[in-house]
Amino acid sequence: MPNETRTPPRWLGISRESLMPWLRRLAFYLVLLALWEGVARAGIWPEYLFPGPFTVLETLIRGLRKGTFVTATLVSLRRLAIGYGISLVLGLILGLLIGRIKALNETLGSLVLGLQALPSVCWLPLAILWFGLSERAIIFVVVLGALFSIILGVEAGVKNTPPLYLKAAHTLGAHGIAIYTQVVLPAALPAILSGLKQGWSFAWRSLMAGELLYFTLSLGNLLQTGRDLNDAAQVMAVMVMIIIVGVSLDQSIFAPLERRVRERWGLG
Amino acid sequence: MTERMVGEVQMTRAGITIQSEPPPGGIPLRIAGIHKTFVSRGRTVEALHPVDLDVHAGEFICLLGPSGCGKSTLLSIIAGLDSASGGTVWANGHEVRGPGTDRVLLFQEAALFPWLDVQHNVEFGLRQAGIGAKERAEIAQRFINLVHLTGFERSYTHQLSGGMRQRVALARALALDPAVLLMDEPFGALDALTRDRLQIELETIWAATRKTILFVTHNVREAIALGDRVLVFAPRPGRIIREFRINLPRPRRLEDHALVDQAATILKVLHESDDTAGGVHAQ
Repeated sequence: MPNETRTPPRWLGISRESLMPWLRRLAFYLVLLALWEGVARAGIWPEYLFPGPFTVLETLIRGLRKGTFVTATLVSLRRLAIGYGISLVLGLILGLLIGRIKALNETLGSLVLGLQALPSVCWLPLAILWFGLSERAIIFVVVLGALFSIILGVEAGVKNTPPLYLKAAHTLGAHGIAIYTQVVLPAALPAILSGLKQGWSFAWRSLMAGELLYFTLSLGNLLQTGRDLNDAAQVMAVMVMIIIVGVSLDQSIFAPLERRVRERWGLG
Repeated sequence: MTERMVGEVQMTRAGITIQSEPPPGGIPLRIAGIHKTFVSRGRTVEALHPVDLDVHAGEFICLLGPSGCGKSTLLSIIAGLDSASGGTVWANGHEVRGPGTDRVLLFQEAALFPWLDVQHNVEFGLRQAGIGAKERAEIAQRFINLVHLTGFERSYTHQLSGGMRQRVALARALALDPAVLLMDEPFGALDALTRDRLQIELETIWAATRKTILFVTHNVREAIALGDRVLVFAPRPGRIIREFRINLPRPRRLEDHALVDQAATILKVLHESDDTAGGVHAQ
């Protein structure tokens, strides 16, 4: 029978089964940090090349306090949002067309497949030639980073629409654009979502690569200045920052979306 | 369109009410020389030998036969989802040229949309017809009640049992008030108990609405329990080999001796016609 879920006994809203993995994880990271600190203290390398976790944490906090890390993060996120937004719109339209129109699939589809094999950082020299070392060059690379994954995800989802859904929609009187908006796209959503997720992670990587070369304040640029100053603590602190931003975007946007869709579509 | 429905009436069996005034009912179908061939690996395969069939308005016809005998193909052609290689289907005197909501096809797999809850699945066809949200919700609720799924409006497909899914599919079709229900083994994947119940409910709904029903099955007793006429199909090429008129009084009971006898007769015909008709069974 539906709607019958037995909840196991809970403690402070957290069940024992879901707590154990977290405890194990915590222990693992504590050991890892201790090892790191140990190696740093052994003095094999000078501190400016191999700082311990406390030094890195200190730099991180200082960066956040001064506001440079926050500003840098916001600048990077803004670029990501613009670039990803553009590839989202383009990717949905192109993916839908390539997935449904055979002639486009045979031509443009093969081109997309080929370009997908090219890491998007490889576009950077060309982007700099075309747009100069500018905001636009970076956004261009971000767009290309996400675009092909999104197109391929949408295309795969659209191509694999179960014929049964289409038959049911037709016999219930659906036709024209409603077939796409109310049947093909929703049916393709699980595949589209995995394309979007891959697209975002590629966009994030491309953005960082682009920013390494660019001179205004941003996360990637902070890495570069850390190197210029011979300050490994800053480089590591920014790396931690990049991980935090990446993981929280993934966990706050894509993970819940994916969970909902998998559940709804009965994919387990 | 949907106003002339099985609404507020006093029930006989299965908790469904029967309208006091005469229901509008189904439409006649005329199938003339419908046949279907396709080419597979360079060979021409005759899926359906030319079929001629007259179905009266409000008649309950069962198409019986093993898999691959063309009965699903015929249903799909009548629904307008598949094109025939030749011949014509007339629905109420109009030539069928494509799908239309006067003839709704139901599938063995229920074919519910997993991204919609029960309520919105039932509303799907109404939405295509351009009916406003408020009226849609009212109509949907009425048919959800009719198939005994009150309380499951917000449930999703994966939360429902096979029988419940078929009920939703039935409600989704009935909400459009089609004159013809084309049912392609809708109960084929259900357990025997659920199947019996749904047969009774379908018969009750049919009795109340007098829609024309074409019902594909490979279950002999199901065919006799439901049909006014049972058309027996044989494969290679798919064709109708015999027609039985079932005059047993309704409601019919599966354990009725007369029904069991008739089943034995039809089963014999099936086996004589083709030894490879192994897909048909009495249960």
